[in-house]
Amino acid sequence: MRLTTASGRRLVAGIPILWLLVLFLIPFIIVFRISFSEVRLAIPPYTPLLTWRHGSPVLQLHWSAYRFLFTDPLYVSSYLYSLKVAAVSTLCCLGLGYPMAYAIARSHAAVRPVLLMLIVLPFWTSFLLRVYAWIGLLKNNGVINNVLMYLGVIHHPLALLQTDFAVYIGIVYSYLPFMILPLYANLEKHDGTLLEAAADLGARPLRAFVRVTLPQSLAGIVAGSLLVFIPAVGEYVIPTLLGRTDQIMIGRVLSDEFFENRDWPVASAVAIVILLLLVVPIMLFQRLERRELEAAK
Amino acid sequence: MKSAIPNVNVMPPAADPDSAYVRIANLTKRFGDFMAVDDVSLDIRRGEIFCLLGGSGSGKTTLLRMLAGFELPSAGTIRIDGADMSAIPPYERPVNMMFQSYALFPHMSVEKNVAFGLEQEGRGREQIRHQVGEILDIVKMGGFGARKPHQLSGGQRQRVALARALVKRPKLLLLDEPLAALDKKLREHTQFELLNIQQRLGVTFIVVTHDQEEAMTLGTRLGVMNHGRIAQIGTPADIYESPATRFVADFIGSVNMFEGRVSDEGSDCLRIDCTELGCTVRAERTVSCTRGAIVWTAIRPEKINISRQPPTAAGQPGPAENAVRGTVREIAYMGDMSIYLVQIDSGRVMRVTLPNVMRGAERPIARQESVWLSWHGSSPVVLTE
Repeated sequence: MRLTTASGRRLVAGIPILWLLVLFLIPFIIVFRISFSEVRLAIPPYTPLLTWRHGSPVLQLHWSAYRFLFTDPLYVSSYLYSLKVAAVSTLCCLGLGYPMAYAIARSHAAVRPVLLMLIVLPFWTSFLLRVYAWIGLLKNNGVINNVLMYLGVIHHPLALLQTDFAVYIGIVYSYLPFMILPLYANLEKHDGTLLEAAADLGARPLRAFVRVTLPQSLAGIVAGSLLVFIPAVGEYVIPTLLGRTDQIMIGRVLSDEFFENRDWPVASAVAIVILLLLVVPIMLFQRLERRELEAAK
Repeated sequence: MKSAIPNVNVMPPAADPDSAYVRIANLTKRFGDFMAVDDVSLDIRRGEIFCLLGGSGSGKTTLLRMLAGFELPSAGTIRIDGADMSAIPPYERPVNMMFQSYALFPHMSVEKNVAFGLEQEGRGREQIRHQVGEILDIVKMGGFGARKPHQLSGGQRQRVALARALVKRPKLLLLDEPLAALDKKLREHTQFELLNIQQRLGVTFIVVTHDQEEAMTLGTRLGVMNHGRIAQIGTPADIYESPATRFVADFIGSVNMFEGRVSDEGSDCLRIDCTELGCTVRAERTVSCTRGAIVWTAIRPEKINISRQPPTAAGQPGPAENAVRGTVREIAYMGDMSIYLVQIDSGRVMRVTLPNVMRGAERPIARQESVWLSWHGSSPVVLTE
């Protein structure tokens, strides 16, 4: 009996470990390795790291991909632009999502599942289709411009598409549920008597929110923000369809390096640097989560 | 909240103990069709500990929440120290509450929790630190200021909650089942400490509890609640010895209650025929009732004598007064006392408690023994409702 429990436990833990090993760690090592090679016209299109010379292995590490990344302003500006877009979008999602999550958590228990369902409902339509739909809304003779012109608010169509604004709209629209759901999960657990206690001790509702609700929802804020920020940094589809043509995001750079330039080492280096940029906030999050877990005990 | 509460260590006790400090008048709270609190009027004096005692759903907690301002009354008024509280939100009332769950802020240290109320008043940092330190010393939590609530035991959390509620020196402190979460030993100890702190600070306490023992030890006066109404108000002794209704007699302590008919009324005593009991009860005349009226007599278990011989008066021929014969069915030995369940000749079972005064009594009454139960004429309480 004990043996089966132990082997069952090992199986349960083993599946995700195997999954991560095969689908994350090994590909990561491959990409990491490619980033230290040089491009060549062959199959595969990069130099091997290990070569055999006079019967002994020789390690050839090339830093050229990384050097290239930090000398060509295209990459640096793309990184910075991606970080900016992701940060602004995350803040917008937080600003929109927090009140929504709060309202759902405070709503009557009977309507809560319905409201949550409405949040998840957009996922029933393909992501690509929904982004395409925004083109129809934002373009010069799109729905928004036509309505505004018809109402006489504007006389010339506003340039909405292919702007930062369009990218923010697209990202906020697409990622808002990822902000709301963890926030809701957090806020829903809050003990209402704590707010009563705060009021009892003389705190007006807004102050009680700032001193009691907000600090306790920090883990939800961080979780939601990371769920929006991390994919937003590498976002490819939304900026490509809705965004500017003069300033591209790093996800697009990555794709272009692979498929247009066929420069695998540089593309790999781009990917590695994105990863490094994202590891810092993830580690911060994990530290916070660990602290929360300790406090919950 | 920024009223002229003197910021002194010890407030003098009430100058005039009879003046109503908290005046609750015709207070009613409806939740839909349900009358949680039904036309309650109640005066609470300055400096007293008033216990609201009742079962779940009796309306005691709703009454407390209306005092704190969390629920708005459907009708009626609450005045505290002369000021009408109707339009005052909780955060402006001169009232603090100690919650049953303690409701300590989990993300704040003990010090921060206690300082929270003072910070809302915009006091200076130095003053806050001083007052927080002082109150933590009073509740004997001086060394725990830096801890988080989850690092404290239940008893310690209770002290912090008390300190947090007292640090603003409220005119009125509301305590919702203050000791319910503590184990029995700690509860007894804390009861006396709570009394001590209350006397030291002179704050008026209103305590809600379902535990009669807690209410009896803590309360200077009790209000027994039932179905949203106050069934009786009085000192613990009043309530226990002279319950006004069958509900109160039954709710507080245990009681042997028998229905009967008034057969004779003297100027100071009543005779009641109890067929259920199988004897005539002679009781002091404390209520007005006429011959033939249906009444109930209530006799506390500890006011009944148990003996092998018939009591002297009952040995005489004729119907016995205040004495019945029965058989011991069960004996529960509790240490300090024993509970005897005696089946009397009419078939009913009476509960009798005797203190175990002697260590190892020589010939204790055993199960299935035939015994006489008797009581003094002052023991039965006659109830008309």
